[in-house]
Amino acid sequence: MTFKPEHEIHHRRFSRNLGVGLALGAFVILTFFLTVEKVTHGDPMHAVQGKPYVAVPDPVQ
Amino acid sequence: MAVLPRFDADLAEAGFGDYVQLLKPRVMSLVVFTALVGMAVAPVHLYPVAAFSTVLFIALGAGASGALNMWWDADIDAVMRRTASRPIPAGRIQPGEALGLGLALSGISVVMLWLATNALAAELLAFTIFFYAVVYSMWLKRSTPQNIVIGGAAGAFPPMIGWAAATGSVSLQALLMFALIFMWTPPHFWSLALFMKDDYSKAGIPMLTVTHGRRVTRAHILIYTVLLVPFAMALGWTSIGGPVYIAVAAVLNLWFVIGAVRIIRRDEVPAEADKYRVEKAFFRFSLVYLFLHFGALLAEAGLHSFGYGAL
Repeated sequence: MTFKPEHEIHHRRFSRNLGVGLALGAFVILTFFLTVEKVTHGDPMHAVQGKPYVAVPDPVQ
Repeated sequence: MAVLPRFDADLAEAGFGDYVQLLKPRVMSLVVFTALVGMAVAPVHLYPVAAFSTVLFIALGAGASGALNMWWDADIDAVMRRTASRPIPAGRIQPGEALGLGLALSGISVVMLWLATNALAAELLAFTIFFYAVVYSMWLKRSTPQNIVIGGAAGAFPPMIGWAAATGSVSLQALLMFALIFMWTPPHFWSLALFMKDDYSKAGIPMLTVTHGRRVTRAHILIYTVLLVPFAMALGWTSIGGPVYIAVAAVLNLWFVIGAVRIIRRDEVPAEADKYRVEKAFFRFSLVYLFLHFGALLAEAGLHSFGYGAL
């Protein structure tokens, strides 16, 4: 049984698939660490809600 | 307007590098640097992953607008020698792919910048993409010789976005960084147009060199270079400036004005004879000029953190 020699087009296709795969993987990792950092530092997600999730009580007079 | 490129089965299979080229990586490198400086000199600092995400998604937004620009300008890119080998005119990527990639990356970059930092930074990034892809590429570029003067705003936003990402606001320092790049853009591109003259006229782009002639363009380079000086120097007396920045800016601006004077003193005969040596040198120096201004701001930020440098 013989295999057809790879055409140059296959290298280009492979490079594209590999690149997209790595980019998606990197995006997942970045999102994970961004979430960890936000949660660790107690970010109240103002950007999403426009206000804190938890109501802050008025200081005692 | 996008045109159908030549189609070839072999050429049509694009590699990953072709998609990267669609994002204009050289422009992106300038965006990364200026956005990074805008963020680094801000009085508030982001945590490391958020800071990295900020620069990454500003760069991605710039890349997205580059892809949209290449989609729209495929017809003129095919005519100009400088751009004929870009992926769409070369037939390696279909126009629709570039449009899809540009729109997808625009959405991802804006939403992610919003989640990583704040709404103001994301809104500024969205406006920048809109400004470059629609206002500059679709409207100004083919309709007025002032195209790069107004369109230059798109390239001037990144440090302001970096600043807004860190502080959640826009202040005088951010506006001056914007003004520095905005005023720098016309002399930078007009000097390029002086020695790339055939490209723009063949493509029918109303560059100043084509519509008003080369003498007027040389005069405009000098005018804008002189107008740039106060903005560049003013940064030195803000909270992000200092003696190092002022010294660097003074030398760079003096040299830039001298270069502009040398350009206006020449006419076409000696310029063609030495293959636009002075114009090319001015163009190359303009890149150094911008890089060193922002480099000096970064140096000041480093000095300030050790208690030195502030006026």
